[in-house]
Amino acid sequence: MKPFLLLLFTGILTVSGLAQSTFPVNGVADNRERVYAFVHATLVVDPTTTIADATLLIQSGKILSAGTNVTIPADAIVVESKGKFIYPSFIDLYSGYGMPAKQNPPQGRGPQMLNNNTTASNWNQAVTPEFEAFTFFSVDTAASRKWRNAGFGTTLSHRKDGILRGTGALVLLGDESTGKMVMKEKVSSHYSFLKGSSTQDYPSSQMGSIALIRQALYDADWYAKGGDKIEKNVSLEAINNNKTLIQIFDATEKLEILRADKIGDEFAFQFVVKGSGNEYQRINEIKASGASLIIPLNYPKTPDVSDPYDAELLSISDLKHWEMAPANCAMLAAAGIKFSLTSEGLENKTDFLPALRKAIQYGLSETAALKALTTIPAEMIKSQNEIGTLNTGKVANFIITSGNIFDESTIIYENWVNGIPYTVQQQKPDVRGVYKLTVDNRIYGLAISGKAATPEFAVIKNTDTLKATGNVTESTVSITFNDGLEIIRLSGWAGDKSFGGTGQINSAWINWNATFTNVYAEKPAIKKDDTIAIGSMIYPFTAYGATSLPKQQEILITNTTVWTNEDAGVLKNYDVLVSNGKIIKVGKNIAAKNATVIDGTNKHLTAGIIDEHSHIAVTSGVNEGTQTLSSEVRIGDVINCDDVNIYRQLSGGVTSSHILHGSANAIGGQTQLIKLRWGVAPELMKFEGADGFIKFALGENVKQSNWGDDNTVRFPQSRMGVEQVFEDAFTRAEEYMAAKNSGALVRTDLELEALVEILQEKRFITCHSYVQSEINMLMKVAERHDFKVNTFTHILEGYKVADKMKMHGAGASSFSDWWAYKYEVAEAIPQNPNILHEEGVVTAINSDDAEMARRLNQEAAKSIKYAGMSEEDALKMVTLNPAKLLHVDNRVGSIKEGKDADLVLWSDNPLSIYAIAEKTMIDGIIYYDYSKQATIMENAANERARIISKMLHEKNAGSPVIPISTKENRLYECDDDGDYVKGN
Amino acid sequence: MKKLFIVYLLFITTISLQAQQITIVIDNATLHIGDGSVIEKGTVIFKNGKIEYAGPQKDHGFDDNTASIIDGTGKHVYPGIIATGSGLGLIEYSAVRATRDAYEVGVFNPNVRSLIAYNTDSKVIPTVRSNGILIAQVVPGGGVISGQSSIMKLSGWNWEDAAVDTDNGMHMYWPGVYSYNYEKGTYEVSSSYAEEVNEINTFMQEAKAYCSVENHKEKNLKFEAMRELFAGKQKMFVSANAAKAIVGAVDFAKTFGIKIVIVGGRQSYRVTTLLKENNIPVIIESTHELPAYDGDPVDLPYRLPGILKSAGILCGLTLSDGGDSFWGMRNIPFIAGTSAAYGLTKEEALQLITLNNAKILGIDNNYGSLVAGKSATLFVAEGDVLDMKTSVLTNIFINGERIKVENWQDDLSKKYEMKYGIEVK
Repeated sequence: MKPFLLLLFTGILTVSGLAQSTFPVNGVADNRERVYAFVHATLVVDPTTTIADATLLIQSGKILSAGTNVTIPADAIVVESKGKFIYPSFIDLYSGYGMPAKQNPPQGRGPQMLNNNTTASNWNQAVTPEFEAFTFFSVDTAASRKWRNAGFGTTLSHRKDGILRGTGALVLLGDESTGKMVMKEKVSSHYSFLKGSSTQDYPSSQMGSIALIRQALYDADWYAKGGDKIEKNVSLEAINNNKTLIQIFDATEKLEILRADKIGDEFAFQFVVKGSGNEYQRINEIKASGASLIIPLNYPKTPDVSDPYDAELLSISDLKHWEMAPANCAMLAAAGIKFSLTSEGLENKTDFLPALRKAIQYGLSETAALKALTTIPAEMIKSQNEIGTLNTGKVANFIITSGNIFDESTIIYENWVNGIPYTVQQQKPDVRGVYKLTVDNRIYGLAISGKAATPEFAVIKNTDTLKATGNVTESTVSITFNDGLEIIRLSGWAGDKSFGGTGQINSAWINWNATFTNVYAEKPAIKKDDTIAIGSMIYPFTAYGATSLPKQQEILITNTTVWTNEDAGVLKNYDVLVSNGKIIKVGKNIAAKNATVIDGTNKHLTAGIIDEHSHIAVTSGVNEGTQTLSSEVRIGDVINCDDVNIYRQLSGGVTSSHILHGSANAIGGQTQLIKLRWGVAPELMKFEGADGFIKFALGENVKQSNWGDDNTVRFPQSRMGVEQVFEDAFTRAEEYMAAKNSGALVRTDLELEALVEILQEKRFITCHSYVQSEINMLMKVAERHDFKVNTFTHILEGYKVADKMKMHGAGASSFSDWWAYKYEVAEAIPQNPNILHEEGVVTAINSDDAEMARRLNQEAAKSIKYAGMSEEDALKMVTLNPAKLLHVDNRVGSIKEGKDADLVLWSDNPLSIYAIAEKTMIDGIIYYDYSKQATIMENAANERARIISKMLHEKNAGSPVIPISTKENRLYECDDDGDYVKGN
Repeated sequence: MKKLFIVYLLFITTISLQAQQITIVIDNATLHIGDGSVIEKGTVIFKNGKIEYAGPQKDHGFDDNTASIIDGTGKHVYPGIIATGSGLGLIEYSAVRATRDAYEVGVFNPNVRSLIAYNTDSKVIPTVRSNGILIAQVVPGGGVISGQSSIMKLSGWNWEDAAVDTDNGMHMYWPGVYSYNYEKGTYEVSSSYAEEVNEINTFMQEAKAYCSVENHKEKNLKFEAMRELFAGKQKMFVSANAAKAIVGAVDFAKTFGIKIVIVGGRQSYRVTTLLKENNIPVIIESTHELPAYDGDPVDLPYRLPGILKSAGILCGLTLSDGGDSFWGMRNIPFIAGTSAAYGLTKEEALQLITLNNAKILGIDNNYGSLVAGKSATLFVAEGDVLDMKTSVLTNIFINGERIKVENWQDDLSKKYEMKYGIEVK
């Protein structure tokens, strides 16, 4: 009895009752029940259930039943569907269908610090969680047709603009009144890292976007706990109200999936993430995140690589992604990652089915593809009871096709939405065959071949086959051909296996007819080679990526000159044994049976170089310079493991880099110390257990001295103001800390949290600084608030206040010889590092430059030239001293038993210009090997050549090609204040 | 009296901008000639600003009464290093607009001359000179044809006095073959390249036609400035890095029958045959730069001088890549040193920044090597000047004039070393 009950139940809900509407009717009422029975069809009820010769019965927009044993009501319209397939229509969870563009108030001149929309909403214009898509949605018949033609019946639509974008509505892709097409008003809550059309300056970086999301979520929490009594805020209210919805994140790149997931983890929810198509490049990490995905099928187009000079512009990642992108879905499925598909990102919706079929060709199973288009998206938005299959009670959303949807020749005839039919392509009678054609008194043969839906016409005159064009519908026919004498145009009507009518030869009207003589013999389709060979995955997915990561080994370096950086000094003809990532033994004639032996004769072994000030390996902006304080942002959130500069720096002996926020504002962002473990994901690059640091800055960049005449608004504009920024920040931080300790309701303020960590000596400062006045100033601010400035970086006038720095306990991280690039370095001298060192200040030499970082050993050596520093002390400035400044000298910076095996083997004295880093090792893993470069280059050249030849082959086979274009691999500098999160 | 004496001494050593009258002998030193050769035990004798002898150690016959004799034992003598493509004397602090005189507005400015803006009293010059860079090509920038450069010696009372060769070269930036699409953040094949090249061709054609007549009633200063170039008496220094840009520039030189030098040439290794066939020299702007493409060998820029040398191309080297082409010039020796670690011998590396640069600038009759008859523009160092570890200079001479090795940075350093009681090494 259960099925019957269920039927009754749904009947009560949907079928019974008057078809009422609030809309007035112009004319008499015209309500219809629309009972249709599709008989003898192949029903793909759900991805794993296909029933042949079955009936689909629908009424009033719902499926009544689907199967082989269906009683057809008397008032049903019976549709003969022999040979046709019926599928549940597709669901697209990522669209902006029917959404109006966001209207922003006009922008003023100069920087915009606050939201210029002055309603009781969030302070940031890119945060509009209160926007409810369903209230602004309106049916767009031009667009809906395109979706339907691609097989879609429902879509989750939201306004694709901003960082917290508001809610999404599940809408039907039919053309009935808007009110009827909204299936579910509030299904999802949407996020991205891009600020869209917001005219506000903040954020300008991806780490800023991340901080903005986190702060908004903390604010909402505070609001729920009582903050609402202090201020009314529709945005925070909306965040709280939307918590029960599906949280969907728009990621524009694979690593953003991991970043979004981390935010979800912090606030104990799981994002569904719309991907970008390159997920296969970090599949294990994405799988581990537990995020389910919405995947686009936007494969790169084939670039025109005919010109070898121009083709050099394309990186290996461009080439390999071109080859591998169509396999993305297959690899996600193989990894067991749950995903649905979206048509987002395609230039035209008509590209969707071909792209889908290409994914199948590249190994995605048909079942998995169907799931990703029907049941999985339905489940993702908890609408599996309404859509996604042809089961009883579901919305009558289905497509009728000429065959298996994954066959290239299959045509979608109709797309039914909510029980209403929409024609996708007119069904045509199958008129293929051979006919005797009589035109006036001339006799020809007529051959109609090709596919039933797109027949091809040819006229046979004697033994010649003449090209013809034609069109046949259920009732009409037209054929045109040139018989060599004249152009003959025929029009008329279709009969049973015959045609007839009248036509024109020149000006004369004539009669014609065609009678069927023979059937058309369809050639069997040539089965495509179903094994498509693609190259191997590489980690990271860029130049110098390897098919497998290097392994940790037991390594014995023998008979070499060991620069210990310890009391033992420089030891000649010594051995160093490395095991389990650590330095095990430093001695003479060490025996180690199982170790890989590296002959260090005539070579020099040093600790790995540590760059105290670097901006490599960062995604989308190194500064959040839009505010004077941005302590809430974290470089660690945006580490880019695919930056080729990591590898280049390994080639210069660098093993650890302190990745800093830029210097565009007084209190910059939290920094990240990484080890240059080439090939691993961002989280694994992080120097585990290292103390947190934060970047501060003083001087010209902070007061925007060289930013042009428009930037004279933001406080501070003078060194006087800079002091007050710090004084204010730490005063507020102290008050915040006190308030928190008092147990009162305190809004978690990420900006102040970081400053409190400084006051509590849990976070440490590295401060961009140049002239003596400001250096002195910051130490005094720190002393008033009872903390220490850990490191002054750049610090080119440090030599003038070395005694004060020593007394304060600050360290220095300097350039070797830079000066004259701006006014505040007018008195920068190359003797600076040595004076600081001699005065007892721990002094390092840093790069702040992706190129110079490869030669930090040489930069250190300049202190020998300019100031007579000893070689050992010079080397310490780029190894042990930065380790001390970063509080990791217990782990790295010298060659000592028990320390990390982060080592470099040099061809010469490491301070010589002639020294080449031959082997660079981190945790006992050799990440760079000079002796293998020739082989690596040769293999890379072969891989390039292989893919380029494949591209050329496609071009020669007639595939369209596009001009060469490659994404910039951006190099950031300290004062880079570009906006990297603009647009959508 | 002691105090006064020191002041007096300082005066003499810093401002000895007078013609050399006394013979100077550097004896028993290693001579790095600048042409690729080295003399382990050598003697250099110079007087009136000219080298009289540079060769194997010889009994020179001078004593302290007849000459100033420098004991070169354990020391090295080098010809003055020549900086090309520099902004020396034109820029004081690059971020301070009022101190920038290196760029002019406009597309074609062949009439603009760097010479007259050259500030002999720039604070930057002594810091560069202290590292052995004694001659500089001072170039204008901006637009497509930026103007004319002059060769300056890095000491002088005024620009006329400092000029070694006036209006020596014409400077041009070849249009970009590839362009950056700001909207998409991508590099693409430039759609305006052909048009930009046409614009240059039109300008050149009209200039050449103009120059074929001696006297014009109505003078066009831009075209007048091109006469030396078309007469073959001046070279055009064309900045071009991509292989296709270099090919374009070489074709351009042939079309207009002018002598060119490729400046930059980052991808010159792709077109060495073309450069060799047309006898076109290249000035590499730095070895200390990142490879152009992600997949390029990590050390390709380090190797470039060696590659060009093996291909038989006359190759010079400088440090004019980017905005630090003034103060940064003091690092030229190390730019050369790097090339010695990657394919060249040390003497070949030195040759890049001495004789080769001199040849390319056309001043090798007087500068660029330690050869009798040439200007006594040279310096003495305690060790290998190409290696920062040992590059400590003890004596500097420009046209025979003794130049103080220490500069104001050393003075400032000493002031604070005294404050802290740091022992001066």
